[in-house]
Amino acid sequence: MKHFPAVEVIRQEMVAPDCYRLHLFAPEISASAKPGQFLHIRITPGLEPLLRRPFSVHAADRQKGEVAVLYRVVGRGTRLLAEKKKGETLDVMGPLGRGFTLPAPGQKAALVAGGIGIAPLFFLLQTLAGLKNSVHVLLGARVAKELLLIREIGAYKPSLMVATDDGSRGRRGPVTELLRELLAERKADRVYACGPTAMLKTVAALLQKHGVDGELSLEERMGCGVGACLSCVCKTSSKDGTSFAYRRVCLEGPVFPARDVIW
Amino acid sequence: MNKPNLTVDIAGLRLKNPVLTASGTFGFGSEYAPFVDLNRLGGIVVKGLTLEPRLGNPPPRMVETPAGILNSIGLQNPGVDCFLAEHLPFLRQFATPVIANIAGNSLQEYVAVAEKLTGASGIAALEVNISCPNVKRGGLQFGADPSAAAQVTRAVKKATTLPVIVKLSPNVTSIGEVARAVAEAGADALSLINTLAGMTIDIRRRRPALGNITGGLSGPAIRPVAVRAVWEVYQAVKLPIIGMGGIVCAADALEFIMAGARAVAVGTANFLNPGATMEILSGIERFLEENEIGDINELVGIAHE
Ligand SMILES: Cc1cc2nc3c(=O)[nH]c(=O)nc-3n(C[C@H](O)[C@H](O)[C@H](O)COP(=O)(O)OP(=O)(O)OC[C@H]3O[C@@H](n4cnc5c(N)ncnc54)[C@H](O)[C@@H]3O)c2cc1C
Ligand SMILES: Cc1cc2nc3c(=O)[nH]c(=O)nc-3n(C[C@H](O)[C@H](O)[C@H](O)COP(=O)(O)O)c2cc1C
Ligand code: FES
Repeated sequence: MKHFPAVEVIRQEMVAPDCYRLHLFAPEISASAKPGQFLHIRITPGLEPLLRRPFSVHAADRQKGEVAVLYRVVGRGTRLLAEKKKGETLDVMGPLGRGFTLPAPGQKAALVAGGIGIAPLFFLLQTLAGLKNSVHVLLGARVAKELLLIREIGAYKPSLMVATDDGSRGRRGPVTELLRELLAERKADRVYACGPTAMLKTVAALLQKHGVDGELSLEERMGCGVGACLSCVCKTSSKDGTSFAYRRVCLEGPVFPARDVIW
Repeated sequence: MNKPNLTVDIAGLRLKNPVLTASGTFGFGSEYAPFVDLNRLGGIVVKGLTLEPRLGNPPPRMVETPAGILNSIGLQNPGVDCFLAEHLPFLRQFATPVIANIAGNSLQEYVAVAEKLTGASGIAALEVNISCPNVKRGGLQFGADPSAAAQVTRAVKKATTLPVIVKLSPNVTSIGEVARAVAEAGADALSLINTLAGMTIDIRRRRPALGNITGGLSGPAIRPVAVRAVWEVYQAVKLPIIGMGGIVCAADALEFIMAGARAVAVGTANFLNPGATMEILSGIERFLEENEIGDINELVGIAHE
């Protein structure tokens, strides 16, 4: 079973303005979660808000049986979630969905994160640390103080490059400019991206131009989270390539091959 | 005291308990198998099936509203042939009746889908959806008008030997009148209600929130509307009723039963709590025991006495 009606909150910390990291005690989830998968969390047992909220698995500590999610407060649900304290419980489903495909031995990986998009990519970085692949992390945000987890990312010793919209730290401009250069220099064989839709669209276009494989973690409004209601679909190319199909972000995703997504 | 009787009869179909899943909220069953013991359900009503595969409507397809959700899925489904080949075999493993929900753009399509399902082993009944608010044709166009509703019912009845359950819409002036027309046309049972037509506007984008502009409202917000619909239909016709609309707990289900429903279906509540059907079932059982009622059927329509 993947439904845990009373998962204990271990701690919650603010990592940046409006950004929180929530640590949960969930040994089964921690043992089986793969990077790119998500948790579907019921924030209140009441009816407001009614639906669960999906959050990527951000980190797992198998020894301690813990998992973490990293999220930005954007509305009612996330505001309520930010109030959860140590010892309280949450109703959690997961791990759900299809995660990232790990790189083949020797492939150079590039992780491209826009803002809160670092959430699932951090877990991927953790996982890649156990492998021998070389890893680039390209981290983008609007301003320097919204660049998340720079120190913790650094601890994994990837080649780290940052970009901010206002140039307050790292390169001035979108993080995709860093990817453009990396691809031109042939420094990445496999790219993983998560962030705002406009960023993902640019990543997909760059990958196509350079003939490099990559995967994107997508978002859509969710109902069930398990593939039953068909509300979370995104437009993808059909198997025969002649038309398109709506695929479920919760079940066939949230991670999709970049070349399959139709924008 | 002995365990109370929970079995109910819907149009000759014997259900081990009155708790079903609502079409479109439980996929083809397999999606919820990691969360629910499918053997314990009274019945599984699958996603609406059409003759050909349907793409469905453009996203966003779901928005939250106070105590409810609006959806505009638009009957995305792989088509009846794919259902029979790829999804039904999974469902046959369980000792739970499978009810196929069907829809069509035309009378002929309803008939063709009904015929394909009738030959298949493992289908216990058909639920005829004449009440989907999210497709341009084939939903409400049949359900909103008593004579069109009767016409579909008659055609499907002729095309199948399976029990025919007709699913009614609340988006009508008199649901009792549609129920009477459908009953006269030979329906074996009725299910109600489908979603209520609605919409919301995203004021930041200054556009409708749903890709399809309008959608269907479900969840606790619609429960009183649904209970009243069951009440009215119970008085209008003698057919067994499957009640639904906003049921999230056993007390909600019991309201429908007392209003006249012989079985209930759980929809939106599955999204909040994948264990909802199981909790509702145990809650009904507990209520019967606590009140020393030996048989669930004693409560059906009791509020009318
Ligand atoms: C698979 C998946 C993984 C996700 N992982 C994370 C994560 O790790 N960290 C994180 O901060 N967020 C993540 N999200 C987004 C997160 O689910 C939403 O931010 C959250 O549901 C908003 O809830 P709310 O009640 O606070 O906002 P609401 O009041 O529901 O909405 C506030 C605003 O957020 C927008 N919004 C709401 N839900 C979504 C959504 N699913 N996608 C895009 N925009 C949305 C709305 O349009 C609205 O403008 C993920 C989404 C998906 C689908
Ligand atoms: C996402 C979604 C999809 C639905 N799809 C169908 C469908 O394919 N056919 C149908 O007859 N009803 C469909 N319905 C309606 C439900 O079966 C049910 O009648 C309605 O949601 C009211 O019940 P609830 O409030 O418990 O959800 C759908 C409802 C939802 C929320
Ligand atoms: S959220 Fe229901 S199918 Fe994805």
